[in-house]
Amino acid sequence: MSETVKESKHLATEDFLVNMGPQHPSTHGVLYLELQIDGEVVVDCTVHLGYLHRSMEKIAESRTYTQFIPFTDRLDYIASMNNNLAYVLAVEKLLNMEVPERAKYIRIIIAELGRIGSHLLGIGTFAQDLGAFATPLFYGFRDREQIVEIFDELCGNRLTYNYMRIGGVQFDLTKELVDKTRKFVQYMRHKVDDYEWLLSGNAIFLARTKGIGVMPKEQAISYAVTGPNLRGSGVKWDLRKDEPYLGYEKFQFDVCTRENGDSWDRYKVRLDEIRQSLRIIEQAVDGLPEGDPTVKVGRVIKPAVGEAYMRAESPRGELGFYIVSDGSTNPYRLKIRSPSFSNLAVLPELVRGLKVADLVCILGSLDIIMGEIDR
Amino acid sequence: MQPDDLFNLVKSKFPDITRDEQSRAVTVPQSRFFSLMSYLKGLDPAFDNLHCVTAVDWKDHVEVVYILYSFAARQFLTVKVNLGNNALEIESVESLWKSADWLEREVYDLFGVKFRNHPNLQRILNPDDWQGYPLRKDYTHKDLVRKP
Amino acid sequence: MAVNERIPAAKLIMKFPGGQVILTTADTVLKWAKASSLWPMTFGLACCAIEMMATGASRFDIDRFGSGVFRASPRQCDVMIVAGTICVKMSECMKRLYEQMPEPKYVIAYGNCAISGGIFYHDSYSVVKGTEALGIPVDVNIPGCPARPENLLYGLLKLQEKIKKDKNAA
Repeated sequence: MSETVKESKHLATEDFLVNMGPQHPSTHGVLYLELQIDGEVVVDCTVHLGYLHRSMEKIAESRTYTQFIPFTDRLDYIASMNNNLAYVLAVEKLLNMEVPERAKYIRIIIAELGRIGSHLLGIGTFAQDLGAFATPLFYGFRDREQIVEIFDELCGNRLTYNYMRIGGVQFDLTKELVDKTRKFVQYMRHKVDDYEWLLSGNAIFLARTKGIGVMPKEQAISYAVTGPNLRGSGVKWDLRKDEPYLGYEKFQFDVCTRENGDSWDRYKVRLDEIRQSLRIIEQAVDGLPEGDPTVKVGRVIKPAVGEAYMRAESPRGELGFYIVSDGSTNPYRLKIRSPSFSNLAVLPELVRGLKVADLVCILGSLDIIMGEIDR
Repeated sequence: MQPDDLFNLVKSKFPDITRDEQSRAVTVPQSRFFSLMSYLKGLDPAFDNLHCVTAVDWKDHVEVVYILYSFAARQFLTVKVNLGNNALEIESVESLWKSADWLEREVYDLFGVKFRNHPNLQRILNPDDWQGYPLRKDYTHKDLVRKP
Repeated sequence: MAVNERIPAAKLIMKFPGGQVILTTADTVLKWAKASSLWPMTFGLACCAIEMMATGASRFDIDRFGSGVFRASPRQCDVMIVAGTICVKMSECMKRLYEQMPEPKYVIAYGNCAISGGIFYHDSYSVVKGTEALGIPVDVNIPGCPARPENLLYGLLKLQEKIKKDKNAA
């Protein structure tokens, strides 16, 4: 359309600058996109961050290692347990500490429950942005409420848990909670098919997502994209299988990958990952060993001088913590390598030449969270 | 390839690199930095993933840290460069790995390290008119309330 | 503004016997209508935004209190629920959004960060220490980190009470 307009000698056109401002229903948080559009087609997209920059890395330098655990909750606030886990794993690597078997199994169960909760919300908001205004989101919240109830009973909070501890976990899983988790797995197995039936084959959903935002393998690796976004582009890489930690090598599950790298593939990877997480939880709950869930750690944690880098597979990708210790009770430098930061960097490349509505679709399919990007 | 073999291979090409015993991080002088990074990218197994770029302010010098990962070899390699305390400048590796674009901007914003040949070196997390580099150890701000 | 000034033809109605009763009833009806359909603005900044979304979802259902219609444009909403940490970069936008809201407008500060900066009060160089620190008047403060959805519903009911009781609800 715009080509014919340009060819006409009577009409002059120019590009238009639109602010998809920090407050926007589809930007999944406070993200400012400066779009240069030609009609409806995006010519260029500049990403402005920092609207939620809470200076967590500076705060870390004035807190002890244990005092920083609640701050890690607030990074990726949809899957807080996984952030806690990545942080305590990094500190335990610095201390060369081993946790008991029961703690490892509990951590795996909790991390996978967190993953399911995060993917449900990701799929729900993605579908909402595309126009399925309430149904998938409400289904997602309805099922997520079950997970959040288990967490509430376990540690007292619905969203930011402060549950993982250096050396184990804060509270033990009681028998009632284990039964509740088992029931949830049975319940969720059927409900995932609901999402599949509702969205995956829907003609409008397919038209809006198939072939949109194709990310080739090489681009994904060059931009250090991780998580379901990388797996949707055909790279079979999952830290739980390829660099196992916490004992994940004992569990049977598949790594979900797709070949095309478009938005539909990224959504499908997340949906399949929910099924795989349910498999892992079932195996972990059946094989839960007895024992103490926490190692006795002194009140004051003072690692030796040195540094450590540890990463974990969180729902959005590889969350890493780089900790430099100078022998005192506080970290000297703590760097948070967040997956959404690298995932978002590829957005301007994916969106060039597509319409504004497709930008909303790609942003939803990348599943980013601003708390983690801006820290 | 084992980490030690890899280090020996790299050291044969770049004799002036050193390795820290605890962290296994490789320190390279600033002048040889870009050639080392290009070499690591073109190596077999290639370090095709620039996982993280950060900096540490050691009060008497600033150190920039690059964490590289190789999918084929399943290995990390941490490369550090000591920049001293004045004229914090280093070559950008954005031409090798695209992920360096935003990661280096963040280091510029928080530490004040300038990256030569970076396509768009601007502040990324703080507002554009922010004064000072917040993660330096001597940084102060009028609204910063210290924890008692 | 007093009752007599807001309702048109108030002076005329006052001339009739029982005119004051009519005006007071009309005022009550207006306040009830205002309180029962507070449309919030989608101003979720951080973690508390997720709890706000959960309040809008089916379990807690904010729609039964009249506030289920979350509008993105500030021109169309009555209440700004500040859910999350306010950072220095965002404060400009926030003030502009508040000024764009038409009267009568209300502000709910949801969560510790919106009230006073929360856990980011100490040692942070980029967090504004609460909504009031920006000069935006707050009607209801809901503490919690994150504040539970039941707390948001309670805070909303308190705001509705405040509107119904206020002699000069404007």
